[in-house]
Parts: sequence; C-alpha cells; structure tokens
Amino acid sequence: MKQLMIGNEAVARGLYEGGLALVSSYPGTPSTEITEFLSAYGDIHSEWAPNEKVAAEVAFGASLGGVRAACAMKHVGLNVAADPLFTLSYTGVNGGLVICVADDPAMHSSQNEQDSRHYAIAAKVPMLEPADSAEALAFSRDAFALSEQFDTPVLLRMCTRVSHSQSVVEIGERVSVQPKPYEKNGAKYIMMPGNAKKRHPFVEERTKALADYAENCPFNRVEMGGTEIGIITSGTCYQYVKEVFGDSVSVLKIGMPHPLPEKLFTDFAAKVKKLYVIEELDPIIETHCKNLGLSVVGKELFSPIGEYSQATIRAAFGIATEAVPTADSDIPARPPMMCAGCPHRGLFYTLSKNKIAVLGDIGCYTLGAVPPLSALDSTLCMGASVSGVHGFNLVGDAARSQKTVAVIGDSTFMHSGMTGLVNIAYNASNSTVIILDNSITGMTGHQHNPTTGYNIKGDPAAKVDLEALCRALGINRVRVVDPYDLAACEAAVKEELAAEEPSVIISRRPCVLLKTVKANPPLSVNGDKCKKCKKCATLGCPAISIKDGKAHIDSTLCVGCDVCMQLCKFDAIEKGGDRA
Amino acid sequence: MKTTNIMIVGVGGQGSLLASKLLGRLLLDEGYDVKVSEVHGMSQRGGSVVTYVRFGERVFSPVITEGEADFIVSFEKLEAARWASCLSSTGRIIVNTQQIDPMPVLIGNATYPEAVLDELVAKGVALDAVDALSLAEEAGSAKAVNIVLMARLAKYLSIPEEKWLTAIEKTVKPRFVEMNKKAFALGYK
Repeated sequence: MKQLMIGNEAVARGLYEGGLALVSSYPGTPSTEITEFLSAYGDIHSEWAPNEKVAAEVAFGASLGGVRAACAMKHVGLNVAADPLFTLSYTGVNGGLVICVADDPAMHSSQNEQDSRHYAIAAKVPMLEPADSAEALAFSRDAFALSEQFDTPVLLRMCTRVSHSQSVVEIGERVSVQPKPYEKNGAKYIMMPGNAKKRHPFVEERTKALADYAENCPFNRVEMGGTEIGIITSGTCYQYVKEVFGDSVSVLKIGMPHPLPEKLFTDFAAKVKKLYVIEELDPIIETHCKNLGLSVVGKELFSPIGEYSQATIRAAFGIATEAVPTADSDIPARPPMMCAGCPHRGLFYTLSKNKIAVLGDIGCYTLGAVPPLSALDSTLCMGASVSGVHGFNLVGDAARSQKTVAVIGDSTFMHSGMTGLVNIAYNASNSTVIILDNSITGMTGHQHNPTTGYNIKGDPAAKVDLEALCRALGINRVRVVDPYDLAACEAAVKEELAAEEPSVIISRRPCVLLKTVKANPPLSVNGDKCKKCKKCATLGCPAISIKDGKAHIDSTLCVGCDVCMQLCKFDAIEKGGDRA
Repeated sequence: MKTTNIMIVGVGGQGSLLASKLLGRLLLDEGYDVKVSEVHGMSQRGGSVVTYVRFGERVFSPVITEGEADFIVSFEKLEAARWASCLSSTGRIIVNTQQIDPMPVLIGNATYPEAVLDELVAKGVALDAVDALSLAEEAGSAKAVNIVLMARLAKYLSIPEEKWLTAIEKTVKPRFVEMNKKAFALGYK
C-alpha cells in the first residue's frame, strides 16, 4: 500500500524491515522522529540515551552481541559520537550497524551547518544518502547487509528536507534475521595498539573494496538525458535538479557519497560536454572530480552556505523567473519565542534585571537570547555553559564570578553538563550553575530523559535525583527555586552568586506544554489601574501586548503563571479573565 | 500535468500540521504523486512556519520557491504578506483575517501593518479573506480554523466535496469528526 511518510519515519520503517533489533539515540532536530517511530515497533528495543556517544556505544555493544543495531542523531551529535565512530571503523561489526546522522543546512534548528560527509571520509566508513522517503526506506533497510558484507558501520546521511518531507513509500516485510553468535575475538575488538595496527590496513583495503563496489552499486545511478550537460548530484539536490531540468540533462545521482567510485565518474564525464556538481554545503563530490582530473563547475556557481532549492539552480543557470508581488509595508519578523507561561521566563527575567552575564546552552532556553530579555552571552554546544563559565570566571576577578552564571536544561545537563560540573568542583572556581529543570527534553518535542522518571515508551524508569547528583559531584550548595516566584528567584541568584564557593540552583517547573500541566485561569488587565508603564511587556510574554499604551493580555494564550502580576506595581493585572 | 503548489503558512502552534496531513492523505487517495515538506524544532516556538504541499503526476522538489505557489493558505494576515512573493501570477491567497502580533510588535519595536491585505489586493493579488476563527468557533472549536481554511481551498480544487469529508474522517480523531465536518461545511459555503 502506498502511503506518505516523512523521511525519518521511512528510515525507521527501513531499519525495521532490515531486521533492526536495537536502537539507542539522543534526540536532535532533524533526526528525532527516527527513534520515536522505531519505539512504536514492539519487537525492537528502543531507548533514549543520555547523549550520542552513549547511544553509539550501546549500538556497538548490540552489534558486538550479534544483532542488527542503529543509533540516530543530528549532525552535531555525531561530533559527540565521533570518538566511538573512528574506532568502530577499525573493529568493524558483528551484527550490522547503522549510524543515522541528519544534517541541517540553513540551520532551521541548529548552531552550525557542518557537513557530515567529512566524517565518512575521516573515519573511513561508507555513507549512504537518500533523496526522498522511498530511498530513505530502501537505503536504511539495505544498509545492514552492506555493513555485514564489508564488516563496517554504515553512516546514513539525512538532511532536514529529506527528514521532514513526506513523500510516497511502499512498505515491505521485515526480514527475519537470526542473531549471530558472539565469539571472543580480541584481535578484532580490542583496539590496543598491537591489534589496531593490524586493523588499519584492513580499513584501507575495505575502502578500496567499497569504492569498487560503488562502481555498480544500487545506490548510485546514471540517468542519461543528452550529451550537452551532465550534473553530478546527491540527496535533496537531485530533486531540485530534476525539478528544473527534468530529463533534459544527464544526471549522475550519487546515493553513496563515500567512498566515491572512479570509473563511474570518468565514464559519465566522457559522455557529456559540460559537467556540473550540485551539492549542498561543502565540495565533497566536486573535490573527488578534481582529484580525478575532471573539469567541473561547482562551488564557483553554488554557495557552500545554506540550503538549495530549484530557485538556486535557476539563478545559477540564468533561468528567468516571473516577477512577484510584495506588500509595501515592512513585514515585522516573527522569530520563535518562549511560550506564554514558559518556566524559563521568570528566571531569565531575574538574570536580565540584575545584569548577570549568562553562558547559555542548547535547548528551548536558547530563546532567552532574544529581545526583550536578551539574557544570554554565549551559546556554543551541549554542555559548554557549565564548562565555559568555569574558564570565564577563572580569568576574571571576584566581581566577575559574582555576576556570571551558566544556564543549562535538565536533559542537556544529563547529556554533557555533569562533567563540566565535576570540573567546577574539582578545580574550584566560584561558579554558579543554574539547571533549568522543566522535566522534559523540550525543544525537540518532549522526549523523556533520565531526570523525568519515564523511558521512551512512557513506562516508569529510574529517575536521577538532580540535587543528590550535584552534591555527589562535589557541590555543597544546591538549592531549588520555583521560576514562577520572582522574589525567590532573585534571592536565590543573589545569594548563590555572593557565596564564596560553587553552587547549583535548580529552577524547577515542568514545561507548560506538557499534557500533565494544567493551565490556571487567564489573567486580565484592569484598564483603570494600568498606568502604561509597560513593565509587564519587558517579560517578552507572547500573551502580553501593548494597545494604545496600555497592557492587554490575550486570554487564549495566557496560562495564568502570575509572573507578570508580580511585576505590576499598580495591581492592574488581575485573576479571573475570560477564556475565550 | 503541471504540478500544483500549495503553501500553508502561519504561526507555530496554529494547527497547520493537521491541514497538511489532511491534504496529503486526500491527494494520495486521488492517485497523485505528493510531497509535503514541514519544518520542526526551533522554528515552531511561536515563529513563522511554512508547509509546502505539491502534487501532480511526478513531483520532485519538496519545496516551493518565489513565483511558484498556486495557492497560499495563510492562517494569519501578516504571514500571508510575508510569503506573498512565493505566489505565481495566476495564484491565489486564501487568508484567515486573524491578527497575531509577533514579538517585535508586542514589545513596541515594530508596527503591525494593519492594511497589509489591501496592499496585496492593490498589487493585483487574487485574495480570498475569510474570518476562519469565527466560523471555527461557530462549528464548535477555535482549533477548527485549519479545516475552515482547507474547505475554502477545496472550492478552488477539482476534488469533490465528499472526498474531502472522507479524508477528514480518516485524519481527525473520531470524536472531533462531526465538529470538523461542520467547520468544513461553513468554510465551503
């Protein structure tokens, strides 16, 4: 039966059909749904791991144990999992092992737009890259056999447009795969120098064998359409090429961006007069062409920055498009923002008000950076707030550490904040870390994590006690505050910053979007009492607007968190508005 | 046949995902090749969101670019103007007249262009403005704005009304089917 699936659901289906037995992942846009969809299959062990390195190592263990295993992550997650990846290349696999990595060109929801194909080259492992959901299903399914045939982990590269676009797929049956026996084999699996030295030549030979395989593999294909123009492309760019040119040009469509074959390229180049490479981000395929001595046009026409589309290709080839209508008025931007009632808001208001420098982290709370709160000073990568504040404070005077904090979410703290906190305790900086505990992994769409007390299937699980954990890591001053209570927030922040030892403040209140969180009745503004001071608007709450100078609360958005009420000096904000 | 391009635009959280799910299901059942492209994650949190729906005999690109959209279905006035440059010269905007102030307006750093739809009409844009929120509330829930707008779109597509109703039955939760059918009827009028 034909059905529509986003690429990530198709990957899940493909892995399932390919005999997957275990998946372990950490959520990250645009990869998250792969594992969410897999968790719905009863005959697969699925789990959220605390970070991508753990996830990849769990998958390694399952592969070692003889079953087909996978993990999924976003592009920056592969940085975290790079350590196991590089040596997994040496050990190879027992059961097939697939590592899904989703790039985010144009950074719809990311802090950089790195090109994961570099990892395939650097770690010397094969990479597959589907161009739509049907290929996502087929490539994921077939990746296990490739992994086992060549004794290698296989990277499956997705991108936002393939991960989050629905296209037509036809589902098939799950193959029946018997677990392979585990046999102790130190020469293959114990990567100490003596053994690793013997495995490295295997890796080099394997890459050559894979390059030979790539000459005639099902993942690469030629679609001839005349001899004037030849375009080599891969992934979602293939769709843009076909959209613009249809069958009027010849296309070498690459589904396996590493290792790339030689003869397939030189033969294709020989059949066309002019050769182009169209690939998003870095010139990987283009460099391969140039290494083969082929004359190609690539990045001189196409930027290494951002996403492409059919419009990119039309512009590059000078194909005219029609003039388009636009409004005369300036269209104000509509950036994402913290939700009405977001528990992070009260804490960020406190930090902003007291002019505290804030080393931030990765999550919904990164939105604390946008006006009017403008509360953040830095956002680098998962965990960098906690490690960074230590370095920042060490090189400053005492006044700096009394005016600087790190903020990190509960899930991100589990991911890679803990080690930074150990470092603060061990190397004794007077740093203050605020854990924004909203009891869920928020930004990626509400995944459980080790602090929530539930696993991926929603079943009860061991729950990390954050207070006890922070104390065990060496922090004596640990306190909990309700971010809806502005006075308590201010007291906690001031006292912990003044304390002459490291401290942790846990700002605890569940995400307002959680189904278990019940909204309070909305608040309303008493127009007679409102003195037009606009103090409430400094919270940046989407429910509060200024109309004719006076505050107005949108009763359909307000969840009655009462934070604005605490700010109003004129008691103009009252309980008991009407919910429309 | 030419590929038909529909953009569904609005503000994160307005329910455009259900609209695209309904549309995708319907078009697939009608035998078309279909692509639906969404954005998840950071952009959802109250930000401007866009979903691309394309159907035809064979669809390649999952996205719609400048001058290509046959229809822009906008859940909000300002968003219709933001994406208007994607409209083709023969295209049509279907817009819910609801106004949702973005943060720069809320905090007084920018002004909401109240007359933005009139500006588009003055430029010759075919525009069908509907108070979908009122119609949705009449049907029983403000959340049915998406169905009201889909009904308005249905008037311009050559797919029989009963097929849309069947797609609603297949897409929404059973207890909301009747309410959504009522919303569809109000929007289709």
